[in-house]
Amino acid sequence: MSYWEFLAEHGGRFLDGTLITAGQFFLSAALAIAIALVAGLMKLSDNALIRTPAVVYIEIFRGTSLLVQLYWIFFVLPLFGITLEKFTAGFVAVGMNLGAYGAELVRGGIQSVPKGQWEAAYALSMSPARRMWRIILPQALVNMLPPWGNLLIELLKGTALVSLISVADLMFEAKQINGSTFLSAQAFGTALIIYYIFARLIVTPFMRWLETVMARKIGKA
Amino acid sequence: MEDLSQFPLELDGADRPMVSFRKVTKRYGSLTVLDNLDLDVAEGEMVSIIGPSGSGKTTVLRMLMLERIQGGVIYVDGQPLTHEVRDGALVPASERYLRRAREPIGMCFQHFNLFPHMTALQNCMEGPVQVLGLSRQEARARSEELLDMVGLIDKKDQHPSRLSGGQQQRVAIARALAMRPKVMLLDEVTSALDPEVIGEVTEVIRKLVREHRLTIMMVTHQMGFAADISDRVCFFYGGRIEEQGPPSELFGNPQKDRTRQFLSAVKSAD
Amino acid sequence: MFDWKWDFAFEILPRLGWATLNTLMAAGGGYAIAIVLGLVLALAQRTPLRLLTFVVREFVEFIRSTPLVLQIFFVFYVAPQFGIRLSPWTSGMIAIGLHYAAYLSEVYRGGIESVPKGQWEACRSLSMSTRDTYVRVIIPQALPPALAGMGNYLVGIFKDTPMLSVIGVAELMHAANAIGSEHYRFLEPYTLVGLIFLAISLPSAALIRVFETWVRKKLGLS
Repeated sequence: MSYWEFLAEHGGRFLDGTLITAGQFFLSAALAIAIALVAGLMKLSDNALIRTPAVVYIEIFRGTSLLVQLYWIFFVLPLFGITLEKFTAGFVAVGMNLGAYGAELVRGGIQSVPKGQWEAAYALSMSPARRMWRIILPQALVNMLPPWGNLLIELLKGTALVSLISVADLMFEAKQINGSTFLSAQAFGTALIIYYIFARLIVTPFMRWLETVMARKIGKA
Repeated sequence: MEDLSQFPLELDGADRPMVSFRKVTKRYGSLTVLDNLDLDVAEGEMVSIIGPSGSGKTTVLRMLMLERIQGGVIYVDGQPLTHEVRDGALVPASERYLRRAREPIGMCFQHFNLFPHMTALQNCMEGPVQVLGLSRQEARARSEELLDMVGLIDKKDQHPSRLSGGQQQRVAIARALAMRPKVMLLDEVTSALDPEVIGEVTEVIRKLVREHRLTIMMVTHQMGFAADISDRVCFFYGGRIEEQGPPSELFGNPQKDRTRQFLSAVKSAD
Repeated sequence: MFDWKWDFAFEILPRLGWATLNTLMAAGGGYAIAIVLGLVLALAQRTPLRLLTFVVREFVEFIRSTPLVLQIFFVFYVAPQFGIRLSPWTSGMIAIGLHYAAYLSEVYRGGIESVPKGQWEACRSLSMSTRDTYVRVIIPQALPPALAGMGNYLVGIFKDTPMLSVIGVAELMHAANAIGSEHYRFLEPYTLVGLIFLAISLPSAALIRVFETWVRKKLGLS
């Protein structure tokens, strides 16, 4: 059987899997960004009551494996009365894991804004919330976009693990096709190529574009 | 704990100073930068602060705007700045009180600190709109007028990265003025500039002094400029005022050895 | 806490302890491969052969932008298709070693590129050989900035070893899965695995920081 015949026969399943992977990617990315922003800001607080929960969250999710977190959320959390459907458990685990890494990027991005900017906002008597939202965050955002590009690739790769709790994503379909056809190179190879295309031809170019747009907006380019 | 009851709750009277430092002490850790400073600046007065680096001259301005003090009280326009009145006594000011109390003070920095993600006009409008609550039209009118005054109305839609250092500093002055401050702090505003553009910034400051009767405190290394436009010059040394007086006297006939040494060292460096 | 059974937790702890050793071995083995292979991948991009640079560059990008778990499956299932039988351990080590080699090659590259151009020019002006230039001048300066990344990826490879459970490598996650399905209890094994990971990765990360500052001091760079 040629590779083209293989694709003709199983292409539909790869497509289905890719769509699920894309869904997992966008949902977990949205979650990760939201969590990163909140936890990153909390970690910068002077108030220990605000800072500590963020530090604990970040250390736990960065200190353990995504797979452990995924299994814990899917298999153990129901014992505490929180039962998540597998699709939800999947993107929640990935989003929370990468959100912890993102929080560090947010923190670093904010700290990279020169001190003079804080002082100038202070000299205009801006309130702390306004200062953060209007002056510091826009500049921090531009600084942290490049590492966020890498983080989103990690996030995309992380979504492959949801196949292990039987979410029918690209990875899952590849495994199924491998199990029924024993054409491992074709099955896994195709999945690898699709992930690669997703990362290199969609995610990375999008982030590059965003970087230029933001740089222009901030008047740097 | 120092006894705060020795300080009045507010200053009144028609001749009260615009800015008043009373026994102000500032320390960084164990290092005392300013020691029991007493300094009054009258309304509309232009005071230049000079001195060697490490003399505490920049700290004088930063305490009015950015930093807490360890002793004494500072008053602005009669009201305590570093402290607030609670139950008839002075207590250290809360962040919220400080922010309001500092509204009548504007500041310009050595490195301009313009917001890079905003145009010149947006930089000037930011404070009036966000802090003073002006409508966008009012803020725009006010900002355009000020940008015109500093000679940069044609650059209003440019981002700071497109402007020269001198232009950026003029925008920064306009931005500070847009808040309608009663006191302006100028912290080495020409020190980071190329020599050929210093003139355009000092020209704007001259205009402020001549036409606006603003109270100005200026830290500077440019002795000629200070001599030219100041009502009074304070020479700082070791965290205190070593000598002060009208520029003609301080530059023309300094009384203290340290003042003479400093002035001759600066002169020979020129 | 809810349904937590301490006696069960203590009962399974020794088994998880042994599995932890396997996890550490897998991480160590994979890292050893990655360190060496990563250097090869980095230096291969610094030869004058444009084509080689391009191919290696794309290969590194490919490895870095596709999921490790898929690469593990690929190595494990595809090799037999070509008549090579690999044990789960061997395929696991190859996959994870290769994956992290791609990351480490980037770390090395960044380190080498962080050395100022003037250093190369100074070596040339002293007529030093390429080998001496690298060994005596460039690498000692490239190492400190690379150390942080190398340390992070050591912890990273450790945290990625649970993925090896998918092809039956008997590491921590594999043991926890087995215990869970034998006893129909997942709370204790999964929670303990999480705690074990925390107990190892947090101090390691701290130790690596200490080591980093020590090396910097040793080399007189800070």
